[in-house]
Amino acid sequence: MNSTGKFNYRLVIFLIAIIFGVVMSMPTFLQTQKGAKVSLGLDLQGGLHMVLGVKTEEAIKSKVKSIASSVKFFAQSNDVIIDDLRAIEETISFSLLDKDEEKKIDEMLKTISGLQVNKEALKYTLTLSDKEKDLIKEYALSQAVETIRNRLDQFGLSEPNVAKQGSDKILVELPGVKNAEDEQRARELIAKAAHLQLMAVDEKKQDRSATMSPTEAEQYGDVILSDAKSDHIRYILKEIPILDGSMLTDAKVGFDQMQQPVINFTLNSEGAKIFGDFTAGNVGNRLAIVLDNKVYSAPNIRERIGGGSGQISGGFSVKEAHDVAIALRSGALLAPVTMLEKRSIGPSLGADSIHASLMALVSGFVLVSAFMLFYYRMAGVVANIALIANLFLLIAIMALFGATLTLPGMAGIVLTIGMAVDANVIINERIRELLRQGMPITQAIEHGYENAMSAILDSNITSILTSVLLYVYGTGPIKGFAISTAIGISVSMLTAILGTHGIYDLLRSRIEKSNHNPIMWFGIKRSH
Amino acid sequence: MEFFPHHKVYDFMKVSRFFIVTTLSLAFVSIVLFFTHGLSYGIDFAGGTVVQLKYEQAAPMDKIREALAKDKLFSGAIVTEFGSPEEVQIRFASTTDGVTHDVGDIIRSTLKDSGTFDVRKVDIVGPKVGGELRQKGIMAAVLSMLGIMIYVGFRFEWTFAVASIITLMHDVAITTGALILFKVEMSLDVLAAILTLIGYSINDTIIIYDRIREELKSTKDMDLMHVINTSVSKTLSRTILTVLTVFFVVFTLYVFGGEIIHGFSFTMLIGLIIGSYSSIFISAPFLKVLGFSVEGYKNKMALKEKNRLEKAKMRSQYEKGTV
Repeated sequence: MNSTGKFNYRLVIFLIAIIFGVVMSMPTFLQTQKGAKVSLGLDLQGGLHMVLGVKTEEAIKSKVKSIASSVKFFAQSNDVIIDDLRAIEETISFSLLDKDEEKKIDEMLKTISGLQVNKEALKYTLTLSDKEKDLIKEYALSQAVETIRNRLDQFGLSEPNVAKQGSDKILVELPGVKNAEDEQRARELIAKAAHLQLMAVDEKKQDRSATMSPTEAEQYGDVILSDAKSDHIRYILKEIPILDGSMLTDAKVGFDQMQQPVINFTLNSEGAKIFGDFTAGNVGNRLAIVLDNKVYSAPNIRERIGGGSGQISGGFSVKEAHDVAIALRSGALLAPVTMLEKRSIGPSLGADSIHASLMALVSGFVLVSAFMLFYYRMAGVVANIALIANLFLLIAIMALFGATLTLPGMAGIVLTIGMAVDANVIINERIRELLRQGMPITQAIEHGYENAMSAILDSNITSILTSVLLYVYGTGPIKGFAISTAIGISVSMLTAILGTHGIYDLLRSRIEKSNHNPIMWFGIKRSH
Repeated sequence: MEFFPHHKVYDFMKVSRFFIVTTLSLAFVSIVLFFTHGLSYGIDFAGGTVVQLKYEQAAPMDKIREALAKDKLFSGAIVTEFGSPEEVQIRFASTTDGVTHDVGDIIRSTLKDSGTFDVRKVDIVGPKVGGELRQKGIMAAVLSMLGIMIYVGFRFEWTFAVASIITLMHDVAITTGALILFKVEMSLDVLAAILTLIGYSINDTIIIYDRIREELKSTKDMDLMHVINTSVSKTLSRTILTVLTVFFVVFTLYVFGGEIIHGFSFTMLIGLIIGSYSSIFISAPFLKVLGFSVEGYKNKMALKEKNRLEKAKMRSQYEKGTV
């Protein structure tokens, strides 16, 4: 209640806002465990920021290859004779020798979704529809995001952020990465394709491994891969793998008899059956364990291996074995990733930036508030109260939104100090004008606020407009700047307009008691 | 405390012709500079790599340059001191796109014999990303100007909208000219500063326009120049005060904000001065240049008022049931 008996709703709203601001900004200032708080951006706390490109077109190529192998598998198991099966880039071509089999193969092709079949006589050309390609690309991207997120979660870094960006990019932010060694490990973990294959060694050709060319191997349906430890040791393997990592259910680090770290993996029931059948039929032959196109080991099969478990050994360090196991568990990347943008900030630089911007914030605040006090006297005190409330509210709202504070964001807060008092400057100048015309202070305050309103609104709305555009079109730290200025300006309308008005309402009787002394309240001499 | 005698009306418009001609030529020169010399783009927009190192002692600049010269990857590398003698910044155009092994790792091993250092920052921006960032930046600047023009046109008059856009373009041009002159690198931060300056400058302009609008309503004076002079004079102390307070904070940012934010605070400092100046000497007198007339405005307002009254009359008649 003020002296006129009217309910001072402005002051009540302002007080609620202050309490809200102080309470909600506490978790940020005290860095408590609980409660929403403003987190520091990578540029302030140090860490690794990356934008990865996903080669989604590679996912299409590998899809095309797998369609080709299922065509081949179908033809073999159904005695359909096809010739000259090729999968080049995104196109599969083959010829059918017997016209009677046409129906059989056509029906099989129909079961593959999104396949476009082009036939000239008995020559087939298969491509994927554009829609199917888009689906594959989309899937490859979201699968990559999911996989990378899984891997980083298991790696044990604090708060990794992995998100899609556009149609073929992934944003990865790792605040926990503090040194070069951690960074290297994290990056290797992210980029590892983790494509596990169990492949049969082509025992008939293996003795020619030193001399055979890749093209020759291709003619026999073979592929040449080198050993993980030495490029000189090469294996000739059957091109179509027995099974791959998609049938894997678990991978763990263990130790063999020599106390060397190994990775024990377990297959699902389907994989276990295929594995069991294959080992039963190939006793005496070798089985190659291939990870990312490197042969880790090629042991002799001594007997049928049931139970669906296997082991990858090959001189890993414990750390490496640990990371490979994580990558295997979280699944293979369907498409390779490349680095488009990387920003890594050391923690010492971040600390320097925090220090520098805090310095700017405090000295900016002191300068501005001292100036306001000096220039406007009591009106300056009132404006400064609003300014402090503004800062608390700004932090509180940023915390509620879960916003991150970046270095440009800090600059935005510092700038807000200057911009927020602008509303009070406009109002106070209007009040002074009226005081000079001889109006009593209480009346001048009411009219001053009224007169200043349209200018403040129009100017603040345009400022918010530019902040919003900055947010929409800005990237990374710039978004932080846009958020803090937009919130700062919006909040200033509450604190600088409504809040200060409420304070004057409260002081009404004092103003009257002081005999409307303009020099004390607004820093100007009484007009004559 | 007061800065200006409150009753005095300064004749800003008398000198405005001189200022318009001078700074528009300055803006023009800036545009010419932009096309002849061009901005120096930072890696945010041009792509490339920036590595920042901090040595335990003063950085051995010659050793660093020597070591870098051995690898083609670093050709054209610029090695500069960064804030203190211990800190160096190395910038070059090449980037690598490998995730597991990048140019930051290469530089670490290349320089390992040059002393003990801490890698404080490695920024790699691929060429594709740089292009996208540049496109987005231009979009943001153009869209914010368009948005402002529409808003001002809606709240004021079309002449105000056009004059404010000319002012903004003038501000951006001169600030850009200063960036070229002082060899400030165009980075994302500097772009943010330019966009903030657009927001700030229009802010200042609108305060004056708002006063002009108010004066137009009450005054009997038909001379636009008088109206503008009165409005600018009446808002002058506010303009100066706000410039001062914002100047204080930007200046502290410039002094204490550290090397990283120098580009931002420098741009803000320049923009702040240009933005306040232009709202007085460009945006207001340009109303005259664009042929705004007090009489026309008053007639229009009178017509509007007449239409409003007529509508109200019709409505009341309708409600009474006389029509």
